[in-house]
Amino acid sequence: MSSAPVLKVEGLVTELRSGGGSVRAVDDVSFEINAGETLGLVGESGSGKSMTCLSILRLIPSSVGRVTGGRVVLEGTDLMTLDEAQMRHHRGRRISIILQDPMTSLNPVLRIGDQVGEAIKLYRGLEGPALRDAIVDGLRAMRIPAPEQRVSAYPHELSGGMRQRVGAAIAMAGPPAVLIADEPTTALDATVQSQLLALLKDVQRETGLAILFVTHDFGIVATICDRVAVMYAGRIVELAPVAELFANPRHPYTEALLRSVPDLDVDVERLYSIEGQPPALDDLPAGCSFAPRCAYARDVCRERGPPRIEAGPLHHASCWKLAGYGD
Amino acid sequence: MATDAPLLELTDVRKHYAVSGGPLGLKTVGAVRAVDGLSFSVRAGETLSIVGESGCGKTTTARLILKLEEPTAGAISFEGRRLDTLDAAGLRHFRGSVQAVFQDPWSSLNPRMTVGRIIAEPMIVQARLSRQDRQDRVAELMTQVGLRREQAELYPHQFSGGQRQRIAIARALSVDPKLIVLDEPVSALDVSIRAQILNLLKDLQDRLGLSYVMIAHHLATVRHMSHHVAVMYLGQLVEIAPGRELFRRPLHPYTQALYSAALSTHVGRPLSEPALKGEIPSPLNPPSGCRFHPRCPHALAECSASEPALVEIEPGRRVQDCSCVRRLISAAAK
Repeated sequence: MSSAPVLKVEGLVTELRSGGGSVRAVDDVSFEINAGETLGLVGESGSGKSMTCLSILRLIPSSVGRVTGGRVVLEGTDLMTLDEAQMRHHRGRRISIILQDPMTSLNPVLRIGDQVGEAIKLYRGLEGPALRDAIVDGLRAMRIPAPEQRVSAYPHELSGGMRQRVGAAIAMAGPPAVLIADEPTTALDATVQSQLLALLKDVQRETGLAILFVTHDFGIVATICDRVAVMYAGRIVELAPVAELFANPRHPYTEALLRSVPDLDVDVERLYSIEGQPPALDDLPAGCSFAPRCAYARDVCRERGPPRIEAGPLHHASCWKLAGYGD
Repeated sequence: MATDAPLLELTDVRKHYAVSGGPLGLKTVGAVRAVDGLSFSVRAGETLSIVGESGCGKTTTARLILKLEEPTAGAISFEGRRLDTLDAAGLRHFRGSVQAVFQDPWSSLNPRMTVGRIIAEPMIVQARLSRQDRQDRVAELMTQVGLRREQAELYPHQFSGGQRQRIAIARALSVDPKLIVLDEPVSALDVSIRAQILNLLKDLQDRLGLSYVMIAHHLATVRHMSHHVAVMYLGQLVEIAPGRELFRRPLHPYTQALYSAALSTHVGRPLSEPALKGEIPSPLNPPSGCRFHPRCPHALAECSASEPALVEIEPGRRVQDCSCVRRLISAAAK
């Protein structure tokens, strides 16, 4: 593991158009990932996980919104300062993404070999027999059986798990330094999910890939992540090494969320339940966004945004309770 | 005791779908055996969950129980009466007694109806209560599932996912059912909302003595909710057991594979890639003998020869009597 982070996100802000104004879908998000490391990005729908990913890749259409602040430093280059041509040189080649639904992210009318080949040709400039070999190697590296035959298959001829491996082969074509995995296993059966997770971890061991893994499943987080960032209403409310987060969650939202998930090996009579629901971005409460649902909230929480508190080595959380409510 | 009689009973239920082929698609060339010899029962006040990978037949089973599909063979009985022999009055009674809550509350509620009307509709279909009494009942149901009665005038799009699932539950409850089929009731909901709905379902079961047949893939949720768990593979049961027993000691290699693929929320547990080979084969041409043998890490030569029967090995616990299962059980006993 190298000491300099491969990807460093600092103060990222993304505003989306909403009615006449705008809402902050990503609000002052900062984190870094080292080579060979997996950072989990956890949150509910609308918390800003996917918007963070798209912002890093500069894939937010201008009709939808734009990044209005912050830096995204990939291997020493701030992606936010690049023009589109320069950005294209990095996107896909050095930082790539694998999406949730391989049925919609693959082109249904192109053979999978051509789709993997398109990426390899673009990123590595291969042609002819060398390209054909690289396609087969790429499929084989993702443990797709009989890759020589599969190159001529269409996406609908493959199972969901195999399609996701094709998506991974395209994402790894660069090969990239950073892989963003946006809920890549949500649509898969549990046994197929474990196979894909094991594959990603093996690829990571062999290549030193840094992975940003977006999920809402704490089972995945516990199993494959090194550190975890918890998002709520566009902000990272807590970030910690994974064992530390599970053993010692400091933010009330993290704590409540962990308690509300049933466990495979432990019986509880009644699940802990968080009342209410996540706020709409165009109607955020004043102060801390979680305060209306928080069991520990006091007046200050409803008035001013919470300070970021260092809770331990590599562990921080943004909460007034941890700051003694400002006393 | 009367309560020991099963509320719902499936006896060797099969559902095969003809597959046509030939020059004009006029010939029947085979059959997809979506459900192939299913027997289990559910008692009053109990939850039976069905787990298995996509394509195992769990949704077809749910549709058969709801009488949205007719079995090709075998019998389904509710309160001791076979569904295929019900007269009009019996069928009406059945429709009121068995309700469903589906996975996606965005598509299962009519967007053009007010919530009050959605909840009242089963009562209207069943011709129960006067108009005024129905309105009172809607208000009562809304309170029961944690909604406010004033919200009856609103439309589904004005509610969040968790609230919509509450509406779907209120609709199911409106005709005082005895059994509710829950098809992935929380998997479309946000993590922080799931516990609310699971707690609501459990409370309603305790209060009203409801039975649930739940289809779900998240094993920790299944463990939390279920009295019995049935594991399906390619249209057949491979194992059925009291929930806690099943998770404490999964016996069938497929159950073991599902269990090992379920990710625990305990940090540091190694990612065990299931010993399972490949993916679920087509139910059009299921493998010979034990249907699981091509993927089974313990398969023996004889596994492809004879189809294993489901045998009771403990009270309430049945497992496919495959030679490799017998070997696993005796190894575990030592």
